[in-house]
Amino acid sequence: MAAHVFAAIDVGSFELELCIYEVLSKNEMRQIDHLRHMIPLGKDTYRTGKISYRLVEEMCQVLERFSQVMKAYKVEDFRAYATTAMREAQNNKIVLDQIKVRTGIEIRILSNSEQRFLGYKAIAMKEAEFQKIIQKGTAIADVSFGSMQISLFDKDRLVATQNIPMGILKIQGILSKIHGDSETEQRIIEDLVDNELYAFKKMYLKDRDIKHLIGIGESILYLARDVLKGGRADHITAPQFMEAYQRLMKMSLYQIEDRFGVNENYARLIIPGVIIYKQILELTGAEMLWVPGIRLSDGMAAEYAESVRCLKFSHNFDDDIMTMSKNMAKRYRCNSSHGQCIETYVSAIFDAMKKYHGMGPRQRLLLRIATVIHDCGKFVSLKDPSPCGYDIVMSTEIIGLSHRERETIANVVRYNIEHFDYQKTDIVVAKLTAILRLANAMDRSHRQKMADCKIAVKDKELVIAVNYPEDLSLEIMEINAKADFFEEIFGIRPVVKQKRRA
Amino acid sequence: MAELDSRYVKAENYVNRELSWLDFDYRILEEARDKSLPLFERLKFLSITASNLDEFFMVRVASLKDMVHARYTKPDIAGLQPAEQLTAIGEKTHHLVDLQYSTYNRSLLPALKQSGLRIVTRHEELTQEEGRYVDRYFKDNVFPVLTPMAVDSSRPFPLVHNKSLNIAAILKKKDEKEVLDFAVVRVPAVLPRIVELPGQEGQAVILLEEIIERNIQSLFLNYDIITAHPFRIMRNADLTIDEEEAEDLLKEIQRQLKKRQWGEVIRLEIEEDVDKRILKRLKKELDIHSEDIYEIAGPLDLTFLMKMYGLEGFDHLKAPAYNPQPNPAFMNDDDIFANIRKGDILLHHPYESFDPVVNFVKTAARDPEVLAIKQTLYRVSGHSPIIAALAEAADNGKQVSVLVELKARFDEENNINWAKMLEKAGCHVIYGLLGLKTHSKITLVVRREEDGIRRYVHLGTGNYNDSTAKLYTDCGLLTCHPQIGEDATAVFNMLSGYSEPLNWNQLSIAPIWLRKRFMRMIQRETAYAGSGRPARIIAKVNSLCDREIIGALYEASCAGVKIDLIVRGICCLKAGIPGLSENISVRSIVGNFLEHSRIFYFENDGAPEIYMGSADWMPRNLDRRVEILFPILDEELRHKAMHILQVQLEDNLKAHILLPDGTYQKIDRRGKASLGAQDTFCQEAVNTVKSIHASYDPVNTRVFIPKENHI
Repeated sequence: MAAHVFAAIDVGSFELELCIYEVLSKNEMRQIDHLRHMIPLGKDTYRTGKISYRLVEEMCQVLERFSQVMKAYKVEDFRAYATTAMREAQNNKIVLDQIKVRTGIEIRILSNSEQRFLGYKAIAMKEAEFQKIIQKGTAIADVSFGSMQISLFDKDRLVATQNIPMGILKIQGILSKIHGDSETEQRIIEDLVDNELYAFKKMYLKDRDIKHLIGIGESILYLARDVLKGGRADHITAPQFMEAYQRLMKMSLYQIEDRFGVNENYARLIIPGVIIYKQILELTGAEMLWVPGIRLSDGMAAEYAESVRCLKFSHNFDDDIMTMSKNMAKRYRCNSSHGQCIETYVSAIFDAMKKYHGMGPRQRLLLRIATVIHDCGKFVSLKDPSPCGYDIVMSTEIIGLSHRERETIANVVRYNIEHFDYQKTDIVVAKLTAILRLANAMDRSHRQKMADCKIAVKDKELVIAVNYPEDLSLEIMEINAKADFFEEIFGIRPVVKQKRRA
Repeated sequence: MAELDSRYVKAENYVNRELSWLDFDYRILEEARDKSLPLFERLKFLSITASNLDEFFMVRVASLKDMVHARYTKPDIAGLQPAEQLTAIGEKTHHLVDLQYSTYNRSLLPALKQSGLRIVTRHEELTQEEGRYVDRYFKDNVFPVLTPMAVDSSRPFPLVHNKSLNIAAILKKKDEKEVLDFAVVRVPAVLPRIVELPGQEGQAVILLEEIIERNIQSLFLNYDIITAHPFRIMRNADLTIDEEEAEDLLKEIQRQLKKRQWGEVIRLEIEEDVDKRILKRLKKELDIHSEDIYEIAGPLDLTFLMKMYGLEGFDHLKAPAYNPQPNPAFMNDDDIFANIRKGDILLHHPYESFDPVVNFVKTAARDPEVLAIKQTLYRVSGHSPIIAALAEAADNGKQVSVLVELKARFDEENNINWAKMLEKAGCHVIYGLLGLKTHSKITLVVRREEDGIRRYVHLGTGNYNDSTAKLYTDCGLLTCHPQIGEDATAVFNMLSGYSEPLNWNQLSIAPIWLRKRFMRMIQRETAYAGSGRPARIIAKVNSLCDREIIGALYEASCAGVKIDLIVRGICCLKAGIPGLSENISVRSIVGNFLEHSRIFYFENDGAPEIYMGSADWMPRNLDRRVEILFPILDEELRHKAMHILQVQLEDNLKAHILLPDGTYQKIDRRGKASLGAQDTFCQEAVNTVKSIHASYDPVNTRVFIPKENHI
């Protein structure tokens, strides 16, 4: 079979990138071309809040050339994603529209959590190594131009991930305002980064034992290449890193250019990036740094390969997302046995209703997440949990979910209790809310009375068959209260059939 | 990178590059003086010395003159200021020209006559019959295209074109006394310079300007001709284009081409016994100094000898023509891509044919699986099959990107035409890079195959020019090595204006990385020698004049690295100087083919590395051009490359050795069998092909091979 050819366009804060991939069957993927055009979108966004027309013009020209290259390779499909700089630019809608009109290329803005998730997927593509690494306590540090992302693994599950608004361009901006010797500069940056990391350490890291650090990002790539000197391995030990760090700190910009074989613009990025990594390394106490050398576009290609069924991850990413959600639930002291219980209910209802709700696995995941964290608002206010719950979800990043998806979850959490607002929400929210409400009612007493129920649709009714021998009147009352809304949405009415043991 | 000790880079350690270049022209002249060579080959060498000298003046001398005008006094690597260089060049060139003409007059002319070719040097020597023929020829062919231009108070001194041959005459009006006029007639370039004369005994020829001189009276009917002499001028023709201002490079170069005719006169050649009045007038009108005037003892512009070489009937006085042989890797029925997939292929031109390279592009143009062809073109031959193939490829819907280097010296007019044609055909044409010349020779073919995309790359030391590939010795590598393919893609991405790749696998690119790479490799040998490990460098280049590289070579020599350099032309390094370069030997091979390949060998502590590339060890190659250095990775091919170097080092026929006193001398062969590298390579290529044919011959193998499929 001939290979699929896929193109990934990354509209980054510092450059425009086009990667052409060949996706062969059997989990095999190969990058065959890589074009980079330096364009400082980030500078514009961070300075003025907007992307200037001049840069839009330049972007259009480069993208037009990109599309010619894609044509030459007979690319079957492509994705174009934009990250921080475009996301934060106030005029991003106008810019993207301009680009679409002029080049025909539709660029989607990734939310931070999606962006990081893609990077994470790209790492996981290096399957053998990845599975080996995460057997021990592992953190991923993804330092990019606008911010950094730190994610933690516990055993082989992703448990926490946080975005810290301290990236290379920001540090560079601060550096340009300090006029001290390089030692002072270095100390100031170290302090700055430390402050940012402190909260993270206190909230998430605690006393986790981190052995491995996975480093993603341009600056660490250059350092790794220098440390490893063309070796094919990509592991750096902590002492090796420190030695390279000390050496680097003594170099002038010119020497860096010379040593790393990069031009001035890239050379300027190396120092701030490497300082951040060093601080993270010290903070986590990791012994080994793995630099898999992946880029966002690799993640885009992985996603594509997965979609054409040429790639199957052995790592289950949905489980990661669930684990993270459960951790979030724990943080806001949600009732975990209740949560777990109704998670099985919503799943059972969702599966039983498949023919009638027409939703897919992604919505099922969202529903499960909403279920696990549905009562997080109580952490803030017992009296008024639903708006609080909504706000908590809206301001808690969940890796792998887009902003839209998170909003859906937040709304489900909110309308689980609040009166449903038909005007403000979409149909998915309505459907998921209906299911959650029903499931919640099934465990009204929080005593998991229906734990062994069987749920199936029979004659326009959703039959909940329960073996529970004792009193179910509280649950039945609640279910009846929610049944109208459920029927309104799906045209099917839930009913409880209690089989008392003889 | 370690800094070089200042004692290695002192001015006294270097030779001025212009003077070294003149030495090179001397070496070619020596070939013309070599009586063991076939007579017509000697004519060719003499012609080459003349055309080389023309280019040298137009470019090098001209730019030195510019420096002097601009009061630029920075000394060169040998510590000479521009004015000092000009003086030294003047002296050496006058001597060179004297030697050219004494070779011509004393050695070649008599030998030609003996061989049955009479050159009528003065029209007065024509027989009556020949005279009649010549006059008839003048009337029929020459007269109609002549434009005599008299100079008087109402008619200014005409524009004399660069490099054109002219006749200056002093005239007197028939009815007036004592008033002398001046006139110029251009010897038309559209007519052949050599005119064959009819006759029974042997062949005879006369030069066009003699025919015009003989008939000059008919151009100025109302005048008496007092005296008439041919002269020739050279103008400052160095193209200096301000790229920041040139909005469209193409237009700018076209404009500059016109301007080239108008540059300052930097050399005047005129017959030795010229009438002083003519000389005085020319001196004044052309504004030229005495030291730039060359009084010539024979015909001006000896490049006509190349045409003489083409005269029919003298094959026995020429070296037998050599037919480039096929490379064994292609002596089968498989297509070129299949052959490359079997393993890397190293082509050694002109011993091996250039056809596979042309074929590579041609096949790619027609192959339905080929997605893209990318190529850099520097100097392209008149009717290049490569250009035609690229146009065809674009026609077939392939993505064709061509970087046409417009700044290739003197070929601009040629290149502009081809570039326009390619653009019309739908190719993406890049007209060079701002501030850089693209000198690298690389072709990339992207092909979609069963198991994914595969990239085929040709990397060369010489231009994609099928005509010069028969005359220049060059090497080329055909490969589908994935790492080289990846690098080649990155090269073209950079040439299209994208950022540098994250890393290079195998190739080194000037102007960014190559110099450092060379320095590192030389200094690596130095370090090995210092710690008592085997260390050796062999380098074959056309020119060696980079201060830093030479300094590093001196340092290596002092550390005990054995260095053998094969430098065809300019060499600013001093060889065999005690305490500086006693471990360095330099040889220059001047043969029938122009030595052009660049090959580099580094011992690397027993893990030798061999590279080839487009770059010489010159600042312009390392700092202001896009050049590519590529490694030879295949074990067998490394032997082949090494063999090329070894045979060149053993050459005792055409090699000139650079002595510590700065002179070049041929090797004393007494008692040794003579070995010419170029002859050896020719013979080897022929033998290889013969032995392969023999191995297929059923009479030899005693096995009949049935053909299983119908081709």
